[in-house]
Amino acid sequence: MIFTSEKKMTIEETEKEITEEFEMFDDWMQKYEYLIDLGKSLPVISEEYKTDDKIIKGCQSRVWLHSELKDGKIVYTADSDAIITKGMVALMVRVLSGHTPEEIMNAKLGFVEKIGLTQHLSPTRSNGLLSMIKQMKLDALAYKTRG
Amino acid sequence: MTEAKTIDKTGIDIQKIRADFPILSRKVNGKPLIYFDNGATAQKPLPVINALDHYYREQNANIHRGVHTMSQEITVAYENARATVQKHLNAKLPSEIVFTSGTTESINLVAHSFGKKFVSAGDEVIVTAMEHHSNILPWQQLCEEKGAILKVVPINDAGELIMEEYKKLLNPKTKIVAVTHISNTLGTVNPVKEIIALAHAQHIPVLVDGAQSVPHMAVDVQELDADFYCFSGHKLFGPTGVGILYGKEKWLNELPPYKVGGGTIKTVSFEKTEYADVPLRFEAGTPHIAGGVGLAAAIDYVNAIGLDHIAAYEQELLIHATEQLQKIPGVKIIGTAKNKASVISFVVEGIHAFDLGTILDQLGIAVRTGHHCTQPLMAHYCVQGTVRAAFAFYNTKEEIDQFIKGLERAINMLK
Repeated sequence: MIFTSEKKMTIEETEKEITEEFEMFDDWMQKYEYLIDLGKSLPVISEEYKTDDKIIKGCQSRVWLHSELKDGKIVYTADSDAIITKGMVALMVRVLSGHTPEEIMNAKLGFVEKIGLTQHLSPTRSNGLLSMIKQMKLDALAYKTRG
Repeated sequence: MTEAKTIDKTGIDIQKIRADFPILSRKVNGKPLIYFDNGATAQKPLPVINALDHYYREQNANIHRGVHTMSQEITVAYENARATVQKHLNAKLPSEIVFTSGTTESINLVAHSFGKKFVSAGDEVIVTAMEHHSNILPWQQLCEEKGAILKVVPINDAGELIMEEYKKLLNPKTKIVAVTHISNTLGTVNPVKEIIALAHAQHIPVLVDGAQSVPHMAVDVQELDADFYCFSGHKLFGPTGVGILYGKEKWLNELPPYKVGGGTIKTVSFEKTEYADVPLRFEAGTPHIAGGVGLAAAIDYVNAIGLDHIAAYEQELLIHATEQLQKIPGVKIIGTAKNKASVISFVVEGIHAFDLGTILDQLGIAVRTGHHCTQPLMAHYCVQGTVRAAFAFYNTKEEIDQFIKGLERAINMLK
């Protein structure tokens, strides 16, 4: 999922949009089916980026993250070998990609709690998502310091 | 259902047993809990919970050194717990039972102390391809420190040790063999008696990792002739943070201390310290006293049910689960040894174990997913991880059927 610099929504607005999408679901099944669909629809990351230095190691599922700076905004591409993790990765990319390093560093990402998926952010889940968010912010910091 | 009908043909009264484990009646994600993560840790029956409660309410004092009544009472209780473990393993002497924090510490203790005295550059240590990281890393580190060589007994595709290869590895340079009794990932029951006999023929001692065996079967260390046998309390329905190292007296007496400090000494001066006899020499600091007492309660509990009954009942669960799993297209069971405990690992074609575990969790079913701390074993089977269901005697065939339904549902969602 790649968002260009023409994107109008702020990080908070995208978070609100996702929260509203999830509010439509009556039960966990629908929520996870949606996440699985998101995971399946996330464009496959270019194999050149699926290298060991792009890998964020969780205990179980692996996440690959690549970031580039385009017109002062960061574009993320990412992938995971587990489909539910990939769905969560797709949400993170949708929220953060196409924003300035400063905006990304300040993002609170409260939507994860609002949509009832905080368990995926607990370190015990070991799915690499928490480390992925950390890495997204570290990349933003690196671009900011460089820029 | 009448009371008589709750007793299974293996002699297990499942309703009575389940009532002993309060946690089994809780809900997870709105569903009744189905707990199949027993290989990681087992649940605790009321006698264990009550023993811990009683300890902190009525018995708490430090052991071995106090002259006051409570200290003496709890010292007796703690040493009785040691005797309970001794009897349970059929060790010759209570002093052959060392309290540790768990299997991992027990193995580290032997690797450190045995290694310090008996392993030198060029020597060899034998482990197997199915070991838990806790029975690889202490030996690997020892070998790195000493310039010794770690040798690995390979397995066949069923997940059984290739005994011919093991025999070839034994040689005069071999200083110790470290092997698991039951594989935590595959469920394979290893022929440890034969492994020990072969090593002893060349005067090589053997350490057995019993973390997964002690909850499922009766273990007799004298009959096995094991030199060291390790297990954890928490997998045997006891508290976390307490474990056992059994060591033959002749070996323990030879080994230098591991951790040192209070409780391990006879006399101390700045010039020289004389260490206490075994097992106290290996029990530095205030131990997990409540844990020791709780572990004894757990052992009494399983013995009241009978480990033979437990083993027979769990075999039925294993057979039922294996039959049901084999019916699901795309499921591949990892580990098909002839002699297997109630642990079943599998992968589903095209679906990540993490995803399966996540959906099963939503259904209230606790399984383990991942590499189970056996990455070399995962590499052997060319998988990133598996789903593992490990059954205890409080699990039921009905739970397995629910699990199978849940698994089919998860596969439909994820494929």
